[in-house]
Amino acid sequence: MKFDPQLADVRFGCGLSPLIAPPVSVAQMLNSLKSPDAIAQRFPVETFETFQDRVAESVRLVKLRRVNRGSPEALDAEKGRRVLNQQARVAQVAWLGQHFNRWTWTDAPLRERLAHFWADHFTATGKAGVVRRASTPYLESAIRPRVAGLFEDMLLATVLHPLMIHYLDQERSIGPSSPRALKGGKVSGLNENLAREVLELHTLGVDGPYTQTDVTQLAELFTGVTTGDPMRMKFRKDMAEPGPETVLGIAYGGGKAHLRDVEAVLRDLARHPATARHLAWKMAVHFISDTPDPALVDAVAARYVDTGGDLGEVTAALLTHPAAWNDTRVNVKPAFQFIASAFRALALPAEALSSLDEKTARKLLVAPLAQMGHAWEKPAGPDGLPEEDSAWIAPQGIAARLQWAITVPQTLMPALPDPRDFVHDALGDTIPPAVEFAANAAESRWDGIGLILASPAFQRT
Amino acid sequence: MTNSLNRRDFLARSALIGCSLAASPLLTPVSLAAAPGDNRLVVILLRGGMDGLDVVRPYGDPAYAALRGDAGLSAEDPAIDLDGYFALHPALRPLMPLWARGQLGFAHAVSTPYRDKRSHFDGQDLLEAGLSDLNSGLSRDGWLNRVLQNLPDSGPATAYAVGRDPLNVLAGPATTQRWSPEADLALSPQAITLARLIMADDPQFNAAFEQAMAISDSDGDAVAMNGTPAQMMSRARNAGGKGNLERRVAEFIGKRLRQETRIAAFSITGWDTHQRQDRSLPNALGRLSEAILTLQTTLSEPVWNKTTVVAVTEFGRTARLNGSGGSDHGTGGLMVLAGGALRGGQVVGDWPGLSEAQLYERRDLMPTRDLRAYLGWLLHSQFGLSVSTLETSIFPGLDLGVDPRLTL
Repeated sequence: MKFDPQLADVRFGCGLSPLIAPPVSVAQMLNSLKSPDAIAQRFPVETFETFQDRVAESVRLVKLRRVNRGSPEALDAEKGRRVLNQQARVAQVAWLGQHFNRWTWTDAPLRERLAHFWADHFTATGKAGVVRRASTPYLESAIRPRVAGLFEDMLLATVLHPLMIHYLDQERSIGPSSPRALKGGKVSGLNENLAREVLELHTLGVDGPYTQTDVTQLAELFTGVTTGDPMRMKFRKDMAEPGPETVLGIAYGGGKAHLRDVEAVLRDLARHPATARHLAWKMAVHFISDTPDPALVDAVAARYVDTGGDLGEVTAALLTHPAAWNDTRVNVKPAFQFIASAFRALALPAEALSSLDEKTARKLLVAPLAQMGHAWEKPAGPDGLPEEDSAWIAPQGIAARLQWAITVPQTLMPALPDPRDFVHDALGDTIPPAVEFAANAAESRWDGIGLILASPAFQRT
Repeated sequence: MTNSLNRRDFLARSALIGCSLAASPLLTPVSLAAAPGDNRLVVILLRGGMDGLDVVRPYGDPAYAALRGDAGLSAEDPAIDLDGYFALHPALRPLMPLWARGQLGFAHAVSTPYRDKRSHFDGQDLLEAGLSDLNSGLSRDGWLNRVLQNLPDSGPATAYAVGRDPLNVLAGPATTQRWSPEADLALSPQAITLARLIMADDPQFNAAFEQAMAISDSDGDAVAMNGTPAQMMSRARNAGGKGNLERRVAEFIGKRLRQETRIAAFSITGWDTHQRQDRSLPNALGRLSEAILTLQTTLSEPVWNKTTVVAVTEFGRTARLNGSGGSDHGTGGLMVLAGGALRGGQVVGDWPGLSEAQLYERRDLMPTRDLRAYLGWLLHSQFGLSVSTLETSIFPGLDLGVDPRLTL
């Protein structure tokens, strides 16, 4: 159970590539997180800051329509808003292609894995209009730059992000005794959604030491956190419940309402030992096995506690533990990783994806992902994608993977490699005899490529 | 040996390179005789926590108006008075013909034993496991899987989990089928043979693949086809019919229930209405109503009359609306029942009342009955499971209590 370059690429990277060598050491993998993010430069997606311009324009047009109700200006504004929505929808699919291109061509694949892992941990999306397309810009701005930073910084960047505030209904949570509520009005009161998910999903975990009272107190402490146009975090004192509030036995606030009380509770939650255990367990499950070695979880959690939640160190603890290199591959690639690693094994030219029109991209990428169980950027809930392998090895998911593997690579890459060579590109030195046989016996290149990609040997990590 | 040429060819190759073939019951056609009785059960999981107080509104309770405002009986799209005490959300109006025929009913103020943390995900795990406690050390199989384990005549196609969702309620040792109506396979005959070969070494992949093959091959078009990737893609993409996923799922289930399948489960999401639920809840209710009506039409009268549909959710929601015109996670909730086998047209349950002191923790509808008791009595009447089996194996530790006589 020691470091193995090919296993490193399969388990902690984006899969094997015929053109990009696997890492030579754990140190190299960890160092790659400190290097400039070159692949993000090469295949850019929109930052959230740029995306806000779309939201601002949408807000402007909605207002224009409202004040000019019934007039030609209102009709133009409505038309403009539809165009804006459509442009954002097209952009969202193009960014999916960029994600795949990054996974195909990066020489720092650990960063991609971590970025997607944490983006799923902090699942957020918009619920109407252009913000439904905001998940990738949010990932790019709030999560990606912080995958090797302090967890508390990522927690603040995500929980206090306008997209999360919107997604988990914080924007309308009003302290029942706040100045705003006392003024009267139709709706005013707490909304517990964000507070509960911060405790249950983002930090302590559902087995953590919190009660309904902590949820309600945290919700009261969060009041004031809302959004302002166009999709910016805003702290409104007049919505904040007068404090103090007590969360896990610690009192926060009590003086003038201030965002720093919210930041303080988030930092304390981030540093809590229950958070360390929850995150260590989740990383081990995600990267290694649904039933991870308890000693590995202990080691990762201990490093978390020792370093105050330094995610670079936490990742290092995971990668340097002998159990991380158990050569029995039991995890199954989630749907996105399956497709992305197939493209990497094929060394699919970037233009094959960047030149796709929206409709074709939906047919070849978005619809198959959904059939495999991943509705792209349309999460079923704030808990994100399933971690358990059985969720991915469903008959319909396996059928979708096989059908995709046989038909789509050939559509994107008319000059497919010879399956007899490709079996080495995709599987390295661990080629089961049945897959080698299939690569030789297939009657077309597309069948051969598809069977290799659909093999359990390619799908397990 | 085997009587199929392809199979023999395949076995010979497997032997040649040292693979073993895991025997699969799905390689042989399922016997139609292998169905336990004639009754059908469809379980719908309403994921997200349905607000029972909004769906079946207890407007006759003196505390209702203070919590929820007007019940909407004289709104533009009015709520429908069911019995002088409860009123139905207008989005379920399409189901009223069923109510009139006694084929729609509700059990109010129900819950699982789950309390206090109000997590969707633990709540759903407990709902699907059918246990009193997730940490009890008992098996976490789904309770519907345990039902199958206790049906002597059940076969591999007796139960279906349908849709993209894992549906742990059916997970466990008894063989069940999982499928989504939008999935299909179209492969060259050679690829089929080779795919069997590469899957054979991995029991989980092998089982999933063989199920996929068996279902795809029996859905009207054979898997095997010779053609280009584009032609294969095009045929596989046309599977599953038209309309939204709930409708296609219900159609798929209906077709299966007309054959040897007796139990099916699927889920509908969209119930986590933290904000402006006057806008969001009608959408989810519309999909529930469409699913039930699609089942009814697909099943046709004689089979519908042997069918019970039961929709359950992980918890209800707060008795009061929150600050955003929505509701937060609560406790007591609502069970929706439908089907030709139902003795419906009634809202059953002991109503706990909505005054502050009557609420659970002064915030949620107080559950007065374990929803598993209703499920248990349904299983008793529809599948002949004994009370002792239900109280020890299906829902261990549960006291079934008095039979609410939900079915005809």
